[in-house]
Amino acid sequence: MKKRKERIDRGIKVRSEDVFALTSYREMLYLLAPRALPVAGLLLFLPLSSPYWREIFISTAIYALLAISWDVLVSVGLISLGQSLFYGVGSYVAGALNHYWGLPPVLTLPIATIGGAAICTVALLPVLRLRGIYFSMVTLVLPLMMLRLVEATRIFGGTEGLTGLSPFPGQLTEMYLANACLLIALFGFRRLMDSDYGLIVRGISDNDRAVMNAGLNIHWYKTQILFLGAAVGCFAGAFGTHHDMFAGMPGFALDYSIMPIAAAIVGGTGTFAGSVLGAFILVPLSEILRALGALRIVFYGLFLVIFVVGIPEGLFHYIRRKYHQFERWVEVE
Amino acid sequence: MLLGTLIYGFVNSCLLALLAMGFNLTFGISGVANFAYGAIYIFSGFTAWIFLNSIGLPYALCVISAISLSAGLGVLIYHVVIKRVKGLALSEVMATFGLGLAIMELFRYFDFVGFKYTLPNLIEGSVAIGDVYIDYQRITVILAAIALTGFIYVFTHHTRTGLAFRAIAQDERTALTFGIDSDRTAALSMGFGSALAAVAAVVVLPLGTIAVEGGYDVLLNALAVCIVGGLGSTVGILVASVLIGYAQTLTANYLEPHWMMLVSLIAIAIVLCIKPSGIFGHQKELEERI
Repeated sequence: MKKRKERIDRGIKVRSEDVFALTSYREMLYLLAPRALPVAGLLLFLPLSSPYWREIFISTAIYALLAISWDVLVSVGLISLGQSLFYGVGSYVAGALNHYWGLPPVLTLPIATIGGAAICTVALLPVLRLRGIYFSMVTLVLPLMMLRLVEATRIFGGTEGLTGLSPFPGQLTEMYLANACLLIALFGFRRLMDSDYGLIVRGISDNDRAVMNAGLNIHWYKTQILFLGAAVGCFAGAFGTHHDMFAGMPGFALDYSIMPIAAAIVGGTGTFAGSVLGAFILVPLSEILRALGALRIVFYGLFLVIFVVGIPEGLFHYIRRKYHQFERWVEVE
Repeated sequence: MLLGTLIYGFVNSCLLALLAMGFNLTFGISGVANFAYGAIYIFSGFTAWIFLNSIGLPYALCVISAISLSAGLGVLIYHVVIKRVKGLALSEVMATFGLGLAIMELFRYFDFVGFKYTLPNLIEGSVAIGDVYIDYQRITVILAAIALTGFIYVFTHHTRTGLAFRAIAQDERTALTFGIDSDRTAALSMGFGSALAAVAAVVVLPLGTIAVEGGYDVLLNALAVCIVGGLGSTVGILVASVLIGYAQTLTANYLEPHWMMLVSLIAIAIVLCIKPSGIFGHQKELEERI
């Protein structure tokens, strides 16, 4: 007698999410807890932690933003293998504004976010019509091209980079800024993808021709999403630059491409929360593994392989399934 | 100067063709994304070095064992990683890219860095053409490139296995109805491509040192040649190698060696913008853009 696993939504899920008739604190808590608990945990954890862990938290937030940016592009069907393009452009725009004209971070951050996103969007516009693997290969190549370009032309300080940029006023300010932006990006994009606009975007990634048949200009939608994703990535770059007080070639390095992808894959794509979860697992883990030196990249690589091959849905989807549904064995008829 | 540029450009073109051959066979002709190609190239170089210097085998035996070990590694990667995500092109790319990263960085971790990691020339000495000196190793590169290109062309057009390699990329279901075991063929193609990477490594690496960074450059150069020439086209590989090879040599001579790698990258970007299936490629033109 063969058996298979049957998954059924929990009653509380149906009442509180689909019917949306909240009748008890338990149901409200069911909706609220998974959203509020991590946020509360973050806000409480920050002031209590040691400076060392605060540093780690800031780099976690930067990688989480890059992972969200990757996830935004994935939601419209564009799979980027070069997030470091966004990081690098954001960091160079902020760095150059600060280094040559002395603008404070209050100005460089928004200018780098919008301006950098515009630069990246224009740079990727010619290849936006490419599908699947062809788009990925262009994005794999672009940051490497920028890297060699900076090395060969020696613009923006060449291999030395731009040093001595102004830092943020204090570690706590920096941390709360990173935290606030991460939460805004996370919940903002989640809400956007639940709206009608998000429905079109997801439709494009599922079947672009069907969306074209509905009379919608998919290229315009793709451009908008590319701009949004690039803006998040460029903000991460600008933030990281002021955090390190340095803008240079490492901004285009492989680290900033492979780590966000690994985070999004480990956490699970399509929900943004998965990407953040992945970053919060991988970045502290890599700090713990820092003693291993070059072996860290080996671990990222292996993580990527194990999750792509073994758990393609990602951790977040697994946890969410357990939260929303119960499973039981039934006989196959 | 002109003669030197012509000759060294030709050597560079042959070198690129040789490096791209294995990648083209797996990714271009059989449609199996093997982004661990650079890692396999480096792996065979270090394997040959270890056999030669740590165990002390005769060089011919080292070469043969490096080639067969690489082929085995390729088949293993197919069965352990690629087979499970077959059909999901991007998962294939990401899984093999991650694996390649892991292999290459593992070599860096075990401190395989430095000038002592070189392979000996097959034949020492050099010959003069006009007033340009060219060593026998570079002539070996030219001969190996020409021989392998001819072999691949005949192999993929006139043998059953070679035709099966092309069939699984063109239409896997139809290939299955013709009795082609697509898993077995793809694994074989991975093995073949990896063996070709090892051949390229043994012929090319004596010109410099074996370095982990070389693996990334090899992957990019192979990708550039395959994309510019068109996936799956052996003629395209030759044309693209000559184009990129001469462009690189001219850049290195008249600008700076720094710019050499930039040529491949710009070539990839331009060709993907204008004609993603490459100069000679006509596979899946419908699927590449919308």
